[in-house]
Formats: sequence, structure tokens, C-alpha cells
Amino acid sequence: MSDGSVGPKDTAHPPLRGTGDGAPTRLETSDAGTAGLPADAAPDKVAIASQWQLTWWAFKRHRLAMLGLWVIGLLYLIAIFSEFIAPDDPFKQNRRAVFHPPQMIHFIDRTEDGIQLRPYVWEMDRQRDPETLAITYTKSGEKIYLRMFGPGPEYKFWGIWTTNIHLFATVDPREKYFLFGADRLGRDMFSRIAYGTRISMSIGLVGVAISLVLGIVLGGLSGYYGGRIDMAIQRLIEFTLSLPTIPIWLALAAALPPSWPIYQQYFVITLIVSLVGWTELGRVVRGRFLAMKNDDFVIAARLDGASEPRIIFRHMLPSLTSHIIASLTLAVPLMILAETGLSFLGLGLQPPAISWGVLLKEAQNILSISQAPWLFIPGGFVVIAVLAFNFLGDGMRDAADPYGH
Amino acid sequence: MPQIRMVTDMNKPIIQIQDLTVGFSMRQGVLDVLHGVSFDLHRGRTTCVVGESGSGKSVTARTILNMVPRPGVINGGRILFDPDGTGTVNLTALDPRGREIRDIRGGRIGMIFQEPMSSLSPVHTIGSQIVEAIRLHRDMDKKAARQMAVDLLAQVEIPEPEKAVDKYSFEFSGGMRQRAMIAMALSCQPDVLIADEPTTALDVTTQAEILDLIKTLQRDVGMAVMFITHDMGVVAEIADDVVVMEKGHVVEQGDVDQVFSAPRHPYTQKLLRAVKVLEEPAPAKVRALEDAPPVLTVEDLSLHFEKREGFFQRVTDVTKAVDGVSFSLRKGEALGIVGESGSGKTTVGRCISRVYDPTRGKIVYGGKDLAHLNATELRNSRQQIRMIFQDPFASLNPRMTVKQIISEPLIANRICAGSELEDRVAVLLREVGLDPGMMERYPHAFSGGQRQRIVVARAIALEPQVVIADEPTSALDVSIRTQVLDLLLRLQAEMGLSFIFISHDMAVIRYFCDRVAVMYRGRIVEIGETEQVIGDPQHAYTKALLSSVPLPDPALRGTRQRHRYRPEVA
Repeated sequence: MSDGSVGPKDTAHPPLRGTGDGAPTRLETSDAGTAGLPADAAPDKVAIASQWQLTWWAFKRHRLAMLGLWVIGLLYLIAIFSEFIAPDDPFKQNRRAVFHPPQMIHFIDRTEDGIQLRPYVWEMDRQRDPETLAITYTKSGEKIYLRMFGPGPEYKFWGIWTTNIHLFATVDPREKYFLFGADRLGRDMFSRIAYGTRISMSIGLVGVAISLVLGIVLGGLSGYYGGRIDMAIQRLIEFTLSLPTIPIWLALAAALPPSWPIYQQYFVITLIVSLVGWTELGRVVRGRFLAMKNDDFVIAARLDGASEPRIIFRHMLPSLTSHIIASLTLAVPLMILAETGLSFLGLGLQPPAISWGVLLKEAQNILSISQAPWLFIPGGFVVIAVLAFNFLGDGMRDAADPYGH
Repeated sequence: MPQIRMVTDMNKPIIQIQDLTVGFSMRQGVLDVLHGVSFDLHRGRTTCVVGESGSGKSVTARTILNMVPRPGVINGGRILFDPDGTGTVNLTALDPRGREIRDIRGGRIGMIFQEPMSSLSPVHTIGSQIVEAIRLHRDMDKKAARQMAVDLLAQVEIPEPEKAVDKYSFEFSGGMRQRAMIAMALSCQPDVLIADEPTTALDVTTQAEILDLIKTLQRDVGMAVMFITHDMGVVAEIADDVVVMEKGHVVEQGDVDQVFSAPRHPYTQKLLRAVKVLEEPAPAKVRALEDAPPVLTVEDLSLHFEKREGFFQRVTDVTKAVDGVSFSLRKGEALGIVGESGSGKTTVGRCISRVYDPTRGKIVYGGKDLAHLNATELRNSRQQIRMIFQDPFASLNPRMTVKQIISEPLIANRICAGSELEDRVAVLLREVGLDPGMMERYPHAFSGGQRQRIVVARAIALEPQVVIADEPTSALDVSIRTQVLDLLLRLQAEMGLSFIFISHDMAVIRYFCDRVAVMYRGRIVEIGETEQVIGDPQHAYTKALLSSVPLPDPALRGTRQRHRYRPEVA
């Protein structure tokens, strides 16, 4: 506590709490809960608000965290509906569109018939400099009109049913547009980023989930029982923390059977990394359990005759859930960064798989910087996703303990 | 009271607080915590500011030093400080970080806080902290400042001040730390001393000595003292003037004799009544039968904590928290255990409920020794011996509704379920004087007294035989204490409960208990009928304890001889 003069009892009943204390007679006390309150219903809402509601109310006040939540929600929408959102097949090469620059979508269409509201892009013509053989694109002056929910290349939605409807499509199916440009093989970057979002945003979740289970179980056992169990688990944590993770990851990437499909290889690697990642959460959970097991309300539960699993899962863990969720949100961006970094180095996912890291690998050389800076757009997505997760986690951590003010 | 020091301008107040308004800006708007507070502090007089938690007394004190805790803002009013009778400074108009106010803080106005543990730094010696305080405000070399620190420690009656000056705060007991704090506050010979509940965290014997010290110092130095407390007994003991605060308003102020003999405001009357009521046994008390059979017998109970050190975990030190305690509890009886912090009274209660495992001794209940029970037997005995905790904020899980909390023992022991459970919870809530309609609420919606009622409902849910109440009222405001005690008395009469009532407060014990056991350093030094122990204490420690309890009547001030038990001071 920062100030010594305000005693614990003083801080324990902030004057805001409007309910008067129980009066001696029964009749009066039954009114006490409502009599002292202002007329509006708000205090009642607070009175029956569960932990989650209080957390949510506190969270909503954190603007950056709300922004992060929206961004993450949007990214996961892209991840879920990537086939629908992507206008093109991400693997389809197009020799006539090599390093096609991004096209801005315009909405206000000025024609001879007057001003109309419909989306279009300017068509680009490809020219080759006869001396240097360099390719340049210039506006042809023609417009390519776009429409929503139009037909495009066929795809299998979630691998279940076949359709050709896309969120945005060209009115003339033979035309193409490149929102984020095209790469060296003329593949549409926007479609590739949409597909990459799915992999990048999801592959870390599995690893985080495994860390979560291990961290809670081992950390909880360590904190609740103490003694020898605590000793053993703490030494295990110290041992795991002393392992150099990156060399192990690299070695594993090399050692895994090349016959395995790429996604399976990567999945196994994240799995193994998460076996190291649980330690941090494990320590946090242990500390909280150690402190909490002597709290009055836990002792009260023990004296109530509650069984040990009930004490742990019903009484102690709910106090931790919010903290756990906060630390999870902070763990996911680490996974995203790890995936990006390893794929960039060529040790994580390999083409033809698409992830943000794989896409960034295309932007490794000087050519792309000078000729096609739009190849860095996946990097922007990584930054945005990681920032959004960090803002979210930060807000969650602040809101996590609605009772700790 | 010596008149020499205050001849100059006795009638001119040194601090005038005029119409002070302080608000806390919250999300919903500004919440006023002080509504136009006005009172004066005079040289050579002690002004007690008394009120319950949330009345704004601490905020007032901090505003005088222009240290309003965040997110508070001073919205109006003036605090005029007139240090030498020549001119006044408006403290609220000064820059809170400016040089002027910093010279006044600690220099002209000293402050003592409630918690001596957290207001002294553990990484510097007591001496160096006092020396720093001196050198901040006075041009003095280190050697002279150190000598002054030694003198100050001697002045606050710390034994062997030359040695104490080089000790660290954790080497001191709570009372000694508070003395050191006072020495520091006095180091610049302030004109005003603000003491914010300086004795609340201390034991009653230590409190008596600190009060004596403040009184002596004030008489010698002639400063104005603003003493914040919630305890009417302390007010009667020390005050010259009294300011009663309630919810940010000054409801009554005046001379101590007048306030005690003829309180005008209903709130003051209520506070005084709450104290007076505790001066004798409860009128509603149903006494246990003389020949009632013992329901619980404790024999030679001991709990030793061993400190182990080194690679081989050898025992290097043994703390005897409880050392050979024996007593028996009759059916329907309330047995009080009284003692100071560290006396082992809480540990005894926790051994009986088997939160701790005793090192040695027997706890016989229903023909079985509770100290050696297997898990199922322990489960059964815990249904019949229940516990009420001190802090109603810590003992209720904030993440469960009241219904879930009260039904927990019923579910865990498979007593009832479904709609029967809900009915049972409703009956229990009504029994403790709460509206069953509140059962879906979470504990944060209740005040301290209401929460303690919920704790009581949980304790009686299993229809126990024995309830161990560990300081059930000490976290509550005075006016609510008797309400909770009366509830327990009614339940005792209705259900034939036997109570082990642990408290540091003699008045509460007297109100509630048939018999009392006085504990000191892990042992029972005296046990007997409450009235007999209070009226005719046998053991020297009991005498010291009783003589330290402040008498809530200023007319009786100084009529009683104080016994000291411990050889060392504080």
C-alpha cells in the first residue's frame, strides 16, 4: 500500500458503497439494502453483477484495449472467411501481372451519365522498357467495375461446399484487380494475405492452449500442495527455462521427417515449443495459489467440508481465470512473432503453405524494396496483430481483478 | 495544564479550517467526501477528530498538508495556518509540490500515521531516517543531527537511545516503531502534530503508553495536536476539544466534557451509546447453566513452529505459539479468549478447528480427540464446530453469490439440494436479519456489518454445537459491533450454541462472555468468570491489560493507576 495513513479498514469500505448497515430489527434490515440506495436501478445491477460483468465494465473503459479487440475480431473474421474474402485463388500464377502494383478502389464514378456510386479500379497496362526490359504499369484509362457477392474462381468453402461467390468480384469475370498488388509470379497479394491470416492467427493458439493446461495443472499442484511436490516442479521449471529454445527449434525443424505434410511439421514444432512456454504461467499460478491457500475464504471453504478438487476448481481457480486469460492474450502474439520469424528464416512453414512469415520471405531481397514495396504489407499485418493483442492483453490485465481496487 | 507556553495568543487558533470541500472525481462525476468542514486547532490543545470509516477524517488531515489523495480535488474552503501569530498562510492555495508547502510539511506541521510498519523505511536505520528529517528542514551538520536524534529517541522514552539509533525498524516492536515515528515528527519542533489513528494498529497496553507519551510531549512542547481516532475511549482519554464527523460533515464540536456529558447530535449520541453499552454484560445474555456438561475440553494444547535453516534443515529456533493451554467449554457457554497480538489466541481457535495441526495435546469433543482424527471424522467434527472470521471482506469469496456462499457447507456435506437448498438459505438469511431477496447478490454489494451477518449465516448453516468466533467485530465500526454481538447472543439462546470468542477487546468480551481466559505469550495466565476477572484480576498481566483500556469518560481521566506488566517499554 502506498500510503500509510489510510488504514486497511478505511480502504475496505469506500464511501461509494451506498448500502447502509443492517439495523437491529429484522424489518429494518430487510429494507437496508434498498433504502440507502439512490432511486435508479444501477446499484442493483452492480449488486448482482458477476465477476465477468464487472470485468467487462472495467474493460470497456480501456479504449486502446477495445480497439485491440475490434482489430483482433476483424482479423479472425478474415481468418474464418478467407476463401470468401479473397477475390482470387492464392496459388494462381499470372504471367501478365508480375509485380502488378496495388489498385485503389474508387467509389464515386463520374461518367457522362452523371455521378454514380459504384466501386471501380483503374485498369493498368503492362509495358516493357525495350532497353532495360524492366516492366512498368501505367493507367490505361479504362475502368474495371467491382461488385459485391459476385462470381469469381471456384473454391470449396471450409472444404465442404463448392461455390464461386466472393465478397468483392469484378463485374466481368475475365478481368482482375489487385488490391494489394501482385508478387513476382503475379499472384494476388490480398488473397494470399487473407489465406495467410488463417494460418498465422490460428497456429499459435494450439501451442498456447497446451501451455495453458500444463501451466495451470503443474503450477496449481506446486502452489497448493507445496513441500516436495513444489520443490520437484520448481526444479523442473528451472531446468526447462535453462534450455536454449531457438537452437532446439531449429534442430527440430531439421530433424522432423520431410515426408510429413508441412502443416503437421509446423504443428509438432509449436507443440514442442509450448512444452517450454508453460513455465511462465506455471510460476504465476503457483505464486497465486501459495498466497491464496491461506486466505480466509479458502480456509472457510475447507471448514465447510468442501473436497480438495472443489476448493481448487470452485473457490480458487475462478480468482485466477481473468489473470490467466490476460496472460494468454499476451502469449498469442509471441507465437505469431515466432512463426513469422522462423518462416522468414525458412525454418518454419515452407511454401506452398501460406502464412505471413512465408509471404514476408518474398520481401527478402533488394529487388522487392525497389520494385514492389507492397510485398511488405504482410509485415504490417504482423505488427497490427501483435499490437492489437498486446493492447487487448494490457486492458484485460487491468480489468482482470474487479475486486482489487 | 501549564499556562507558560501559551500566554502569547492562546485564544487565536493556529489552524483555522473554513468551509473545506473536497471531492473525488469519479467516472460518474464528482463525489464529495468533505462537505464544508470547519474547525480550529489551538496551541497547547488536543483536538480529537472522531468518526467511523468513510467519515472523511483522514482526508481532512491530508488536506491540511495539501496532500489530497488522488483523485481528490479541493473544491472550496480555506485552511489558514498561523504559525507565530503574525500572519496567516492559506495552505490550500499553495502549490502542492512547491517549496513553501514542503517546508511546512514535516517542518511546521508533523504527521504520524496509523501503520508504523509501512511508514518507516526498512532499509535505513531509524537514526538515519530521523537525521534526514532534521537536515531537510534545518541547517545542521550530520554529527549534531545525530546527537539530536539520540536526544529525541530519549525524549520518546526509547530505552538505550544510543544503540536504538543504529537499529532498523524491523528490529523494533510496533509500539517502539510508533515512538520512533513520533520522534521523527517532533524532530523539527513542529507547531502542529497531526496523528492519524496512531494507536489503532497497536495493542491496548501499548496504546495506553503511546497516549501517555503524546500527552506528555504536548504538555512539554506546547504544540497543537490533531488526533484522529474512531475510538471514543481514546477521545475521553486524551482530548481537549472534540470534532465529530459523519459522512464528510462536522456534526458536532466542542469541549470534551461537554460532548461527553451532553451530546447534542444524534450521531454523537449513537457513538457514545455504542461505547457505553459495552461497559457491562449484555442485557439479553442467557447464561449457561452452572452444571452444564462440558462440550469441548482442551488439554495441554501446544503448537510450536520450528524454524529450519541450512542444508540439513536443522531446527534452529522454536516459536511456541501455543504452549500448554487447557480449558473446558460448557454447553451453552461463551468462553472469551483475550490477549494481545502474538498471544496465541487466534492459533488456539485455529487448532480447535484443525486449520493448524497441534504439536501436542488433546482436544476432546464428543468423546473423540480432534487432534488425531482421520479425514472423514474430521469432516463430521467440522460440521459441529464452525468458525466466524475476523475480516468479513476476506472471508467471503468475492466471486460467489451470497446464496452460493451460504449453501456451500450444505452442498459439501450433502445436506440438501435444489429448491430445498434455496429455502434453507432464505431461512438462514432471515435468521441473521438479512432480506432473502438479496441472495443473488455478490458480497461487494454489502457493507461490513451485513457481510459479517453472511459469515454468521454460513457458520450456523450446519446447526453446529460450537462456534469459534475469531475477533468477529474488530473489523467493524463501533456502532455496528453491538448489533452483530446481539445477533450472536440471540442465536446462542435459540440454538443452544457454545462460543469460543476470541478478542483483544475487553469491553466486547465483557458484553458477550460468561467466562474469560487471558492469554499471554502462548499461555493462559488467568481464567475465570468474566465479571470476577474484570473486577478482581489476579495475575499482573491481567491487571496491566485492564488498566490500559481507555475509560470512555473524560471525568474519570487520571483517576486510575496504570499497571505495567512487561519489564521493557512498549
